[in-house]
Amino acid sequence: MTLDELLKKITDRFGNRILKVYKKNERRAYVDIYPKDIVDLTKYVFNELGLRFNIASAVDDFDGFEILYHFALDAAGIIISIRAILKDKTDPHIDTITSVTRSAWWIEREIHELFGIGFNGNQDLRPLLLPDDWPKGIYPLRKSFVVPKRDSRKA
Amino acid sequence: MSHKATIPIGPYHPLQEEPEFYKLVVEGEKVVDVDVRIGYNHRGIEKISESKSFDQSIFIVERICGICSSSHPIACVQAIEDIGDIVVPERALHIRSIIQELERLHSHMLWVGLAGHFLGYNTVFMWGWKYRELICDIMETVTGNRQNYAMHKVGGVRRDIEKEHVPYILTRLDEFLHHLDMIKGSVLDDPVLHVRLKGVGVLTMEDAIGYSALGPTARASGVNIDVRRDHPYAAYDRVKWNVITQKEGDVFAKAVVRILEMYESVSIIRQCLDKMPAGPIDSNPKDIPPGEGIGNAEAPRGEVFHYVRSDGTNSPVRHKVRAPTYMNFPTFRQTVVGETVSDATIILAAIDPCYCCTERMLIVDSEDKEILSAQDLIRLSQEKTLKLKEKMRVK
Repeated sequence: MTLDELLKKITDRFGNRILKVYKKNERRAYVDIYPKDIVDLTKYVFNELGLRFNIASAVDDFDGFEILYHFALDAAGIIISIRAILKDKTDPHIDTITSVTRSAWWIEREIHELFGIGFNGNQDLRPLLLPDDWPKGIYPLRKSFVVPKRDSRKA
Repeated sequence: MSHKATIPIGPYHPLQEEPEFYKLVVEGEKVVDVDVRIGYNHRGIEKISESKSFDQSIFIVERICGICSSSHPIACVQAIEDIGDIVVPERALHIRSIIQELERLHSHMLWVGLAGHFLGYNTVFMWGWKYRELICDIMETVTGNRQNYAMHKVGGVRRDIEKEHVPYILTRLDEFLHHLDMIKGSVLDDPVLHVRLKGVGVLTMEDAIGYSALGPTARASGVNIDVRRDHPYAAYDRVKWNVITQKEGDVFAKAVVRILEMYESVSIIRQCLDKMPAGPIDSNPKDIPPGEGIGNAEAPRGEVFHYVRSDGTNSPVRHKVRAPTYMNFPTFRQTVVGETVSDATIILAAIDPCYCCTERMLIVDSEDKEILSAQDLIRLSQEKTLKLKEKMRVK
């Protein structure tokens, strides 16, 4: 399956639920979708097409958040990134994909604590990386978080 | 009254680099549940990278891991090259492959040694770490460093492999191969290890796919994936080699995959040295255009994944790093439940995470009082091997 065939399958299946398809080169493509469709899309590419879940990357876009779900088609050396754009900056939410693939177990916990994005339906959003006494409501990978300068003169 | 006890493992050990904390819930000898807590070594590298220039961020990711210090930079430079469609000279691609395979050799050798130690095969441990030095010597000759080689840069590599170094590398590899044959024979033909490791900690193919497991962990379960072949990078599509897979998914299969992979690595290095064309080693790209890029590479433990976004300035807007253990670790929950405590050490070691934790197991009762120490758990594992040996009448 080439990248064109893969993208055609996705657009045929989801039609106008796809916002934008951008083919960067023969091995990389980006598919923009509405956040509400992420579970259906994951079901399709992970379960039906058999793509491997690489990881998800969240990005702080100043006026919203993006979550890119990267999937690899190993038989053809392709990585497609499904981009869900969250417009709500104050209380961002998206449905969990852990019901589809267990491999998203840790990354949803990580995005939840580092970006403050909620995952509807995910019961296990305990902190993964930050210490237990990390203050609530402070999300270090948001652009608004500035790393405090250390004073080298103090011990 | 429940007879469940909790075994906290970790989080710190002075000898190892990545602290993690596991909680094994045991009922008698049997492990019934496991929970993992990572983050004791969270250094905020993704955040730091956003404040560095592209060249500096490669230095940062090189320091993520002391063992994969070629895989992270190579995935990172490939992600940046993907943004700007930067072309890398042919000679540099071959050098990248050579460095990657040398890294795989020393990492797998280190694993064989540690796995031997956990099982009470301390000779294997001594051998593994002794003969790993041969590879570290080659690394020092070629790059100037035993670890943290600083070889990869956007557009090429930093140092060339000199012509006069090639015969030295080849003789050292021959020497290594000779010892590898010995280790392969003593591990894979040992009847005690067959009994001890076969059928232990089985990861089925469905689970490996469901958890998106990577590298030797997936390949030992029959999942035929390898980034080097599937997403060709460096010079891997220019040389002939095989992807090693096994069907069983147990600890023994993982050992077989790692040991046989080392032969492939030696073969790749030899072919690359032979085919390496003359020419420049760096295309000196000047600036990185706005855009986003993805780079992946096959580290000794599986796929390393980097996502980098640029807005046209000198530093990345976002830099996501995913190490292979991140995907492999959750499979531990699948493989260890139902097994005995004495096998937990080797099952955990089989996915080749950082070992710090396995050496620091403690058994506590409900008042968190220590009743079984770290050394005791390794001793348990070693004693089980000894008992098997007596039963099988081998020394």
